[in-house]
Amino acid sequence: MAKSNEPIWWSMFSAGGVMSAFFLPVLIVITAIAVPAGWISTEGLRELVQNPVTRIFLFVVIALSLFHWAHRFKYAAEDLGLKQLGRFLDVLCYGSAIILTIIAAAVLVTL
Amino acid sequence: MANEQPTIAGKDYVRAVPNTWWLQRKTYVTFMVRELTCVFVGAYALFLLVLVSKAGDAAAFDALLNSPVLITLQIIALPMVLFHSITWINLTPKVMVVFRGEDKVSPALIAGVNYVAWAAISVIIYGIASCQG
Repeated sequence: MAKSNEPIWWSMFSAGGVMSAFFLPVLIVITAIAVPAGWISTEGLRELVQNPVTRIFLFVVIALSLFHWAHRFKYAAEDLGLKQLGRFLDVLCYGSAIILTIIAAAVLVTL
Repeated sequence: MANEQPTIAGKDYVRAVPNTWWLQRKTYVTFMVRELTCVFVGAYALFLLVLVSKAGDAAAFDALLNSPVLITLQIIALPMVLFHSITWINLTPKVMVVFRGEDKVSPALIAGVNYVAWAAISVIIYGIASCQG
């Protein structure tokens, strides 16, 4: 059997699936409903984001959600007829997830 | 060549599938919707990244959270992300088969535990955000 990176990408996809399933809905409720409605103040949320524990949490959620997107989107795109893009699709999906993860790490460390 | 074999079976043969295959059955459409929830998951992760990058700038942070366009996009993303959560949790008993002694733990119980955990996590995160905010 040919060597494959598939298990690595799949486990990242899976971990991201769990994190996004459990955490994203409540985060959207906070940022799209509670804050604009004034139930949670932007100033309070901004302070909370600067807390080191929050930053680690957000890094994990952001990075794994991106890898979840990368893997699932690649296969969805292939299923929709973009299989001939081949390696380009891999580079586009996993590459942008890797780059954005590095950016997220840099942003959250230097905050 | 004389010994050339006709290639019928094997990996050379790929049956042509139209790109609209997923419109042929309701379950295929549901599958494709589920797969495309990842676009909303990824887009919201990107929004979070931009938002936290502005945490040092009160005006920019405030503007991102009160932009009508971004609020609308998030409201569109919410049902898609919820669909991801529900389909993901419903699959956990299939991925994670738990035995208690000789007996399989019922799939409904495994999914149920995940739903309770999801609810508890959501309440806790909202609680933390509203105490601070």
